[in-house]
Formats: sequence, C-alpha cells, structure tokens
Amino acid sequence: MAATSSEPLGRGQRHSRFSLPNGGYRAILIVGGAIFAALVIWFLYSIVNQSRPAFSTLGFSWIFQKTWNPNLKKFGLLPFILGTLETTAIAMVLAVPIGLGSALALAYLVPQRAKVLLGTAVELLAAVPSVVYGLWGVIALAPLFREYVEPFFSSTFGWTGLFNGADSGVGLMLAGSILFVMVLPTMVAISRDVLAVVPKEQVEGAMALGATQWQVLRKVVLPEARAGLLGAFILATGRALGETVAVALVIGNSDYIAHSLKSPSATLASLIINNFGEASGTELAALFGAGLVLLAIGLTVNSVARALVRRSGSSGSVASVAVA
Amino acid sequence: MTTLSFDSPADPILERRRQIQGIAKATVGRRKTYSRVAIGICWVFLVIAVIPLVAVILYTLAKGLPAWSTGFFTQPTKPEGIPNGGVWNAILGTVIIGAIATAVTIPLGLLAGLFLAESDGWAAGAIRFSADVMTGVPSILMGIFGYIALVRTFGYAGWIGAFSIGMIMLPVIMRAGETAIRGVDPHLSEAGLALGARKFMIARRIVLPAALPGIITGALLAIARGVGETAPLLFTIFGNQYLQANPTKPMEALPLVIYNYSSQPYADLIQIAWGAALLLMSAVLILNIGSRWLAGFLQRERR
Amino acid sequence: MTEQLSRPTVPTAPTPPTIEDNVNLTTGEVFLDRSTGHPVMQLKDVGVAFGGRAAVRNVSFDVFDREITALIGPSGSGKTTLLRALNRMHDTVRSAKVTGKIMLGDTDVYSGSTDPTLLRSRVGMVFQRPNPFPTMSIYENAVAGLRFNGVRKKALLDEAAESALVAAALWDSVSDRLKAHASTLSGGEQQRLCIARALAVEPEVLLMDEPTSALDPIATKRIEELIGELKSRVTIIIVTHNMQQAMRVADRCAFLLMGEDRTGELIEFSSTSKLFSEPDDPRTLDYVNGRFG
Repeated sequence: MAATSSEPLGRGQRHSRFSLPNGGYRAILIVGGAIFAALVIWFLYSIVNQSRPAFSTLGFSWIFQKTWNPNLKKFGLLPFILGTLETTAIAMVLAVPIGLGSALALAYLVPQRAKVLLGTAVELLAAVPSVVYGLWGVIALAPLFREYVEPFFSSTFGWTGLFNGADSGVGLMLAGSILFVMVLPTMVAISRDVLAVVPKEQVEGAMALGATQWQVLRKVVLPEARAGLLGAFILATGRALGETVAVALVIGNSDYIAHSLKSPSATLASLIINNFGEASGTELAALFGAGLVLLAIGLTVNSVARALVRRSGSSGSVASVAVA
Repeated sequence: MTTLSFDSPADPILERRRQIQGIAKATVGRRKTYSRVAIGICWVFLVIAVIPLVAVILYTLAKGLPAWSTGFFTQPTKPEGIPNGGVWNAILGTVIIGAIATAVTIPLGLLAGLFLAESDGWAAGAIRFSADVMTGVPSILMGIFGYIALVRTFGYAGWIGAFSIGMIMLPVIMRAGETAIRGVDPHLSEAGLALGARKFMIARRIVLPAALPGIITGALLAIARGVGETAPLLFTIFGNQYLQANPTKPMEALPLVIYNYSSQPYADLIQIAWGAALLLMSAVLILNIGSRWLAGFLQRERR
Repeated sequence: MTEQLSRPTVPTAPTPPTIEDNVNLTTGEVFLDRSTGHPVMQLKDVGVAFGGRAAVRNVSFDVFDREITALIGPSGSGKTTLLRALNRMHDTVRSAKVTGKIMLGDTDVYSGSTDPTLLRSRVGMVFQRPNPFPTMSIYENAVAGLRFNGVRKKALLDEAAESALVAAALWDSVSDRLKAHASTLSGGEQQRLCIARALAVEPEVLLMDEPTSALDPIATKRIEELIGELKSRVTIIIVTHNMQQAMRVADRCAFLLMGEDRTGELIEFSSTSKLFSEPDDPRTLDYVNGRFG
C-alpha cells in the first residue's frame, strides 16, 4: 500500500485532466447512495403495493388460514409458513451442532496444512449455486431417501409418530436435509473465522490454569466467539428460509399441512415459484403477499438476532460477517 | 501427610492446596475422558460435514463431464427427442446478463460504497443498515420485484434479469467496497489533502487504487453469487430455447436450464442439466478462486 | 503430590536464605514462612527446539522453595521459551521439542505418565499482557482455574477466590463488584486479577512472563510489591528484561545469552547480589552494566 503514496499526485493529470470540485464530488457520492436508497424503497413499495389486493379481498387473517385452493378462491398461507419454518428448523437443527463442531475442528484441531485446504474447500462450497444442490437432491438423494433413509427412520423412530405415511423420497425430510447441506458451508466458514480470531492469549490463559482441551474450547473460545457465531447462524437461517429452487425440486409440493416428516410439503418460496406461471388476479396478489410474509419472517429473524448480539455486548461482528 | 510435618498444621493455604490438588487429581480422568469424547465428536462432525459436500462435487463431475460434447457448447437447447441439443443459448444468456449486471452494479456500488465510507450521518447509517438487510433478502423477492417493476411494462427480457441479479449484487459490492475503502490508511488521503488535491482526485488516484484488492474480491464474489441465481431469472427472462443475444428479448440462462430439466423424466435432458450444472459450478468456483488469487497477487504487487 | 513436593529429596541443598515473616502490606495479615529451603524445581540440561532448530539449550539450575528466581537476558536469549517449557506450554506447538530433564518435586515434568493439565494446576502462569477472560465476571475469572480442575464446592470456591484476591491486593477494590465484567478493570487491576486467577488454584510454582511489560510505571510498582509479598505463598519464576526489576524482586537470577548460533544458553546462575555485583562470567558483568543487549 505504501507504494501508492509515493506515486506523485501530479501524474494523475497526465492521464486525465478531468476533475471535480469537492462539492461536485460529494454530490455524485450522494447520488450513488440515493439511487440505492431509491431502489430499496421502490422494492418495498412494489411488493407491498402488489400484495395489497390480497389483503383487501381476503382480510388480514388470510395469512393464517389453512386452505390453499385457487378454485375455491381460498389462499391460506399457513401450510407454507409452517413448511418454511419446518424445513429451516430441520436444516438448522443439523447445521448448528455439525457446523459448530466442524468449525471448532477446523480452527483448533486440524493440522495446519489440512486446515488451509479444508478451509478453502468449505469456502468454495458456500459458493456452489443452489440449483446444483437441487439437481443433486432430486436425482441422487431422493431415490436414496425413498429406498433407505425413510424406511430406516420409519422402522427405528416410527413410534414417535413423526414418520407416518408412504416413503416417497421427496418431502420435508429431504428438503430439510438439502437445506442443511446448503447452509453448512456458510455456517462452517463464518464460525471458523470467528472462532479462529479468539486471541491466543485467552486460549493459553485457560490452558495454563489446567483446563483440558475441551474446557478451553467450551469455556473460553465458544463464549468469546458467540456474537460472531450468532451472525453465522442468522446468515445460514436467512439462506434456509429464502431458498427457492433447491427446495421446490425436492419438497414434493403439497398444498396441505404436513403431518409427518416424510410428507410432501411446500414453503412460501416454493409456493410462489410453482404457482406463479398460471396465477392471475387475487391468486397473484396472494403470491406476492406470500413474498411479503417471507420478507417479514426474514427481517424478524435478522433484527431479533441483531438485538441479541447487541445485548450480549459485542458489536460489529454481524455487520462485518454479513459481507464476508 | 508428610507435608504437614514441615509446615504449621494450621496453615490454611497448604491445607487448601492439598484439597484442590486432591480434587484435581480425582477428577482428571473424568475431565480428560469428557474432553476426548467431545473433541472426538467434533472430528466426527467434520467428517459428516465433508461427506455430502464432496459427494455433490464428485457427483456433478461424474454426471456432468459425459455431457460435455462439442454440441453441448455450440448448439442451443432442443426439445426432448431431438438429438445433439446443447446449452449455447444459455451460456450466451448467462454471460450477457452477468455482464450487464456487473457493468451497472460495480460503478454504482462503488459510488455508494464511497458514500458510506465517507459519511457518518443518519442517512448513511440508514443506507448501511438497508444494505446489510438487503444482502439477506431471499433472491426470489428480487425476481418478484423485477417482475412487478419492469416485466409488466416491458415484457420478459434479459436486461430485467440483469436488473434483478444486480439488486442481489449491489449491496454486496457496496459493503465490500466500503470495508475496503475504510481500510485504506487515512494518512494517505490526508497527505493528498495537505497537498491541496481535490477530494475527487484523492479518491481516484489514492483511495480507490489502494482499496482495489478488496474491491475486486468483493466484486468477483458478487458476480459469482449473481450468475448462480435461479429464482430471480424465472420471473424476469422467462427462458428461450432459441439463441438470443438481444437483452431486450426473453433469454435462456444456465440456472434456468438446470432447473427446468431437472424435473423432466427424460434421461437426455437430465444429462444436459448435469452438464450445465458442472459448467455453472466450474464458472462460479473459478470466479471465487480467481478473486482470491487476484487479491493476493495485487496485495503482493504493492509491497 | 503435595507430599512429593516437600519431601527432602535433595540433601545437598544449600542453606536457604532466611525469610522473615511476611506481612501483606494491604491487609496487615502475617504469613507464615513456609520455606523448606529445598529445590522445588530442578532443571537439568534443558533445551527447547522448534522444528529441529534449538532456541535454548544446556540450561541447568535449581529453583528454591518460596524464592523468586528471575530469568534475565537480552531479547532472543530464550527466557520466555525456557519459562514456557516449565509448564509444558510448548505441547500445543507440534514442531516444538523439549529435551533434558525438568523435575517438579518428585514429578518428572516431561515423563509420559505426567498429565499436562494436572501439572499446570501445580505450576501457574501469568502472561505478558493481562488476559482475563472477557466474557466472565471478576469472580468467575478468579475461580476459573478451580472450575477447570473440577472444584464444584461453593464454599471452597469462595474461600479460594477471596484469599487469592486478597493476596493479589485486589479484594478491597473489587469485593463489592465481583459480578462486574473483568473488562471494567484497569490494566494493572486486570493483571492482578490474572495473578489472583493463577493463585486461586494454589500452585506450588508461579511462572511470570514479563508481567509488567504492558503496564505503566505505577501499576508496575504495585505488581512488583505484590510479587515480593507473594513469595511466602508460592515459589516464583519471573522473566524480565528489566534489570532493576530483577534486582528489586529476585533472590536468584539466571542469566541467559544468545550464542553465536542464535541459540540461548545459560551463562550464569547465582544469587541476585552476586550476579549483579561480582559475577563469575565477564559477559554477565557486561550485560548488567548495560554494555550490550
């Protein structure tokens, strides 16, 4: 960076005589910020405005009704809200322990060379497009779930009542699992980063008191990283809530509330994508309304988590990891 | 206790030391077993995490490579039953849409990023907050936005797909740009100010070049994320089985091909989908690896 | 293990320096003289190498009970490296190898049957920069070591925490806000909290790695006074680059110097007064007179 300062300022004039007075420069920056602000407002306005007919025709309670049947002019969103929350819950129940454990291993247990290799691999996997995961889920995993995974869960955990119904492969379980695989790299990569920056002095301080390796990780490293870990959790949850195509390919797309983990179901996003083509009038407005509900759920998760981070006393990490 | 023969038997400190060391010794076996089990679980979790991820990559490679023929790269998509179908129209569409989105969002994102880096008022705070929130908004909503705001007026078109994808890329570029610009040593621009340079010149000649590695990394990552998106395109470019290079018309794109073909019952279409998946994945991974390499390279150049 | 510590295993021990009853200047509490006059730690031909490259070698000396032993020498002479070998802090560095023999009482520090976590509960450590656990309260910091070592009994935790905080001259200022975060303390107070945290486990030896290097002169003075008061309770080995500090606090000094091959070696080990006034080795004289380093 130092080289930049030694570059004489005058050289700029040789390339281009164009310059702006400070006021003009400032004005251009403000225009840049204003365009973005305008886009955000336009975005919010569009979605709210276009879903308004659904609210005016169906009333507010429409969101929580159970029946989606365009022929009967019923557009209840409850099955899809539940489907969204259920698939996300399955994904996060798996991703939190497995992601945290892997991140701890990557940050503190794996030898240096493997650390770099595995770490880079995980970061790259976070970038694999979601449609690729969807393709893999529907072609490779769905038969596997139908033949092996679902029968196994039905026979072993059938008594819980969570695994009733036919083994169809596609359904809540598969959708949750695909989401788990998709959010895992995000979870691991960010968690590993925030775990690895816990100061070495803290780790050594605990070690020097006679702590076992796990005590060091559990009592010192994890608590110190918790704000950043929460940031990883929010990002992963946000991704799971809003994922569209991968879920639409493997969830089975049913308009009814799922009665077991094997049932086909649908999420708000998969509802929109599957019905958008033929929808018009109130149904289209209801689909936009579903988008609005999805946005509201996402923003709620985001702001609750931000508030939690703020209360826990650590600042900034969420904003900084959001860009990472 | 031989200890006590050397010391006053009433000494509370030696008594406590004996007590604590006794407890430490009595519990060390349990504590170490617990530690080993917990650490072992971390290892197991790491293996569990790696398996599906490796499986996705290998599966895509194994299924996708056989689809890569000359026709795959030179022919447009063809309906089931017609041989020698390719994805040339989708490759062209993805490249054109990605290029338009990049060409618009990078300058705009940089301006907004500079604005954020140089302002601390409530307006900048609100914009920064919305940018953070927008990075987390599900991509399908950007597709809906593009549909409502533009498709209804102009009809399905490639440039609207670029608009929707740009909406996803913009906040990422803004925040990455802001972070990179804020990371530039303030002394550099102060030196420029002291020499009487205008702020525009300082930004152009000092700040932006110094922040370039961070900006490029952010931009490449944003592009990689943008071109892999499917949902926004479904609402905006519609898909087009013919070759179409005019972005004001409906276009095809790689993610759309994968999505549409993956639920088809025909083996040849599914093979095309795998080929397209491998191509898209490779492109995204190359952009990612490239951004790292370039950032590292520029960083070294400056030293 | 306590038995092992005090058993007179080395009959050749020199006459112990007499230490009068110690008075804690803050509390007025009188400590007993617990010195046994025997070595607590014995180093025989100790060396530390990283990836095959020796950082320090051929170090042999005895550390006597309830004395303060200072490791001095210019930077790069391996003082800290040597200190960290004493409680096996190099265990986490894969390339690190410690040779020679270090005995803690009857325990061979590097024997395969010695558990490093148990060893570290007997040999405490205070670091260069204050490193209290920022997510824990003052009280939780003070009892952290006890909890790590399996102590659950509230009475014992409270008693040990109070005793350690009193000994670290921190009790009076924090007794009414034990639940406050450790980060609310000043730098000097944080370092004293770290000392209390180490003391609460009641170690036999306390290792201090330049404990005042990150502190201002007033905080440094208080820590130095504290070190003097602590020696009735625990044997101290302190690394310092500050010769005045070594002179003020230490009973004995080990002088290390980096040789031609950039490996630290022990040049001289003797009582502080001898080392600073009439050292055997001319290099020691040069160093203590400020001629190099």
